[in-house]
Amino acid sequence: MNKQEFLDALEKQLSGFPPEERDERLSFYAEMIDDRMEAGLSEADAVKDLGTPEAIAEQILKETPLITLAKKRMKPSRSLKAWEIVLLVLGSPVWLSLLIAAFAVALSLYAVLWSGIISLWAVFAAAVGSAVGCTAGGILFSFTASLPVGLACVGAGIFASGLAIFLFFGCQAATRGILLFTRQLGIWTKRLFLKKEEA
Amino acid sequence: MDAQLKRGLLDVCVLATIKDGESYGYKMIKDMAPYFAMSESTLYTILKRLESARLLTVRTAEHDGRLRKYYQITAAGRARLAEFKNEWEGVMSIYRFVTGEEQK
Repeated sequence: MNKQEFLDALEKQLSGFPPEERDERLSFYAEMIDDRMEAGLSEADAVKDLGTPEAIAEQILKETPLITLAKKRMKPSRSLKAWEIVLLVLGSPVWLSLLIAAFAVALSLYAVLWSGIISLWAVFAAAVGSAVGCTAGGILFSFTASLPVGLACVGAGIFASGLAIFLFFGCQAATRGILLFTRQLGIWTKRLFLKKEEA
Repeated sequence: MDAQLKRGLLDVCVLATIKDGESYGYKMIKDMAPYFAMSESTLYTILKRLESARLLTVRTAEHDGRLRKYYQITAAGRARLAEFKNEWEGVMSIYRFVTGEEQK
């Protein structure tokens, strides 16, 4: 990839950014390529040093607050005509409630995911509880009541501790997965704002 | 490492690259390279942050028929570096205590 191809690709990746900010970033990368070439690197190597435009855009996206992207997206490219405003206002009972409903659905789906995680941990807590309870109760039974019943209880307690250890790793992995998913969700949301507006 | 702490450290590193005179993006990255690798995107973000905090100023000058941005440290930037040195002398003495490097 040569310098121009790199800059074009990066410009395309950053098309949702405010123009001044995009141009400033592009000239920063152009300077970086020029300086590397001045230091003796070939154009291709100088470009390769910086990483792919996709990876750079991804990192920039992570660092940019959502509000910056949303502002740019929300700004209409032309002023609205009177009849459009009238339509927007008259239609608000429909589109506003639909928008709120869509948002509520998304939020509840996310809440369901977390409740799954919470119930997993609840099962884990129950296993820990029965592990402790059964073992302690079993030992007590062995001395006060019958020995076989007591031993059976201790056995159940040991089984529950095994289950708890097993569940712990499962719960931990699931929680980590959800957290990763949440981070990805953030990137997707930002991407929504970055999509080039179709004319 | 704690993200907040790392952010502060990287800011100071970038300031240190211009403490003896102005510099430009590629030279800063090259100067830091023997100690650690900083990506261009990271440097850009830090330079922006330092500029809006008025710890450095920027000027654009022609170089070899093209434009290049040069960064200069401000008095506030120098104060930040001095403050870092003071803070970290304390941290380093704790470090030596923890690792037992100064035991006789």
